[in-house]
Amino acid sequence: MGELGFEPRIVALCCHYCAYAAADLAGALRLQYPDTIHVVKIPCTGDLDVRDVLDAFESGADGVMIAGCMEGDCHYQTGNVRARKRVDRTRQVLAEAGVGGERIRMYHLSSAMGARWAEVAREMDAHIRQLGPSPLRATARRPSVET
Amino acid sequence: MSSANNGLRTESRLERVLHSGQFAVTAELGPPKNADPAIIRQKARLLHGWADAVNITDNQTAIVRMSSIAAGKLALDEGLEPIIQMTCRDRNRLAMQADILGAYALGLRNLLCLTGDHHSFGNHPQAKNVHDLDSMQLIQMVVGLRDRAAFQCGEEIKGVAPRFFVGAAENPFADPAEFRPLRLGKKARAGADFVQTQLVYNVPRFREFMARVCDLGVDKQVYLLAGVGPLKSVGAAKYMRDKVPGLDVPNEIVERMEAAGKGIDDKKAKAEAAKRVGIDICVELIQQMREVPGVAGVHIMAIEWEEAVAEIVQRAGLAPRPNGSAAQ
Amino acid sequence: MIVAEQKPLEEIRSLIQGAEKVLVVGCGTCVTVCFSGGEKEAGILASALRMASRVDGRPQQVTHAVVQRQCEWEYIDAVRDEVREADLVLSLGCGVGVQAMAERFPEKIVVPGLNTAFMGMPVEQGVWSERCQACGNCLLGLTGGVCPIARCSKQLLNGPCGGSVDGHCEISVDTDCAWQLIYDRLKAQGRLELLLEIQPPKDWRTSRDGGPRKIVREDLRLNPTGSI
Repeated sequence: MGELGFEPRIVALCCHYCAYAAADLAGALRLQYPDTIHVVKIPCTGDLDVRDVLDAFESGADGVMIAGCMEGDCHYQTGNVRARKRVDRTRQVLAEAGVGGERIRMYHLSSAMGARWAEVAREMDAHIRQLGPSPLRATARRPSVET
Repeated sequence: MSSANNGLRTESRLERVLHSGQFAVTAELGPPKNADPAIIRQKARLLHGWADAVNITDNQTAIVRMSSIAAGKLALDEGLEPIIQMTCRDRNRLAMQADILGAYALGLRNLLCLTGDHHSFGNHPQAKNVHDLDSMQLIQMVVGLRDRAAFQCGEEIKGVAPRFFVGAAENPFADPAEFRPLRLGKKARAGADFVQTQLVYNVPRFREFMARVCDLGVDKQVYLLAGVGPLKSVGAAKYMRDKVPGLDVPNEIVERMEAAGKGIDDKKAKAEAAKRVGIDICVELIQQMREVPGVAGVHIMAIEWEEAVAEIVQRAGLAPRPNGSAAQ
Repeated sequence: MIVAEQKPLEEIRSLIQGAEKVLVVGCGTCVTVCFSGGEKEAGILASALRMASRVDGRPQQVTHAVVQRQCEWEYIDAVRDEVREADLVLSLGCGVGVQAMAERFPEKIVVPGLNTAFMGMPVEQGVWSERCQACGNCLLGLTGGVCPIARCSKQLLNGPCGGSVDGHCEISVDTDCAWQLIYDRLKAQGRLELLLEIQPPKDWRTSRDGGPRKIVREDLRLNPTGSI
């Protein structure tokens, strides 16, 4: 149960090669992590489209996490490096829009790190609980159908 | 008064001194950041008799000050021989020519043609940058007004044409270093009569520059005055060494300035000691300049320290100036 | 290419203040390749404006559309319907695009979302540098292909000035001295004698100084009925 009866809605965009595999492994190992995290698989964090992140927030997400390969180990060489810069930019947009730049975070994992996945999931959940619901929660709309 | 006789192009006193082969001395007067003529008169009195001509700066470092021509006229009335400075930064060719006509009508006879520091350095960085002409083209224009009695557009000047003794500046230590003597040659071909250099503290490097200038024969085409200036403090020395583009201040000089205040606790006495050494160094530099082939004089830049000029000129053995340097 | 960057969000918000239905119009050419006003940027901006207006408690409806080229009548006519629906058009075109939109739809309030900065090129991904000032009388043949009108801070034709040090301009260590570049280029080509010629004053009439410019090509014009 969250503070003030608030259950966070967190979207986790996970890269196929590392982060998603780690999340999958966590599941196989029956490791517990909060069900507030909704995992979405993307081919590589380098494919991250800022519009998808903003769309998540407009639809009522309280937080978004981007999870990719360890630095230097991206399956596509520099995808996660591009992603980091894109995340920084998105953070700025969210801050300027008044939603809060702290609501987006990036994590790096390898496919073998099932336990680490559970750990970051718990960390993100706790972080968003602390921040409280997104200021857009009150006026959330349906997700766009474009993507 | 007659002009263009005895090999002279103009009525300039400075030209007369240089033409006679005597080692010339010019100094600098910075106009105030206000409209008070008394400040000009006061500075003029400090410099009177110690230089053959005095540069009146033009919005130096792009900071607004009383105009060079106005201050120059005030200085002229105090008996100085002013060298008006004109940058390309603040005026287009119309304003320049209008100012040149007016300056001549007021009795001014020397004009230094400059590019001008970029206005982003000054107190009005939001201004529009003019640069209609560059310094090379300005030199050509002023020479054309004199020698062809024609405006830049080609139109003939009917009546009195302005006949200025035309100066240019050069920085021996700017880049590309190997091009600088050639560029000086270009200014000579553009018609410059005299050249003042940026401050020189590194004499060996300056000698190399002058050797190349002489090889090119440019020392025969223009009168070259080497820039010198007394350092006021070790802070000033370090600032010039580290922060001013194109200035070469050797470490030995900075160290001498540093050593000046050693062992003195009283702030005022320490500052005075530094000033003494600053003047000593300036005098030594002038003495060295007199031995460099191709150098026809020195340009003493005692920025906001006009009082120092008298002592420097005397100790360098350059006093009295010919005919007392009073413009008649 | 024309290089522009987005205005700060705060400024854009003040420009669209009070409008209920805002249409963000991007452009598929220059501003797309400098990542300031293309499809993605228009989408991101529309989203940011919607979110900001909701956080403020005064939600605005912000939609977006993109035209291939915002500086040509035929292309901007494609969004005529969307424009009609909106109270206000936020153009992410360069200054030309904004004006074309405003002229084509004179009854609509059209505001700029970008600051059009200069004509330049990406010297590396993410870095654009000014290269051309449209002086109207190209002299690049004299300077080894480096433009002193665009790249010299003082627009010298007989440079460098005395402030050139270590290859950079006196105004900043991040700004190349154009004349050092010219010197290096001509030296490498064995054509330094070009620098010994005194270049005369520029005729600025072909520049903006001569007044707003126009080019007419009679060989390309058609009269209204389409006949020659």
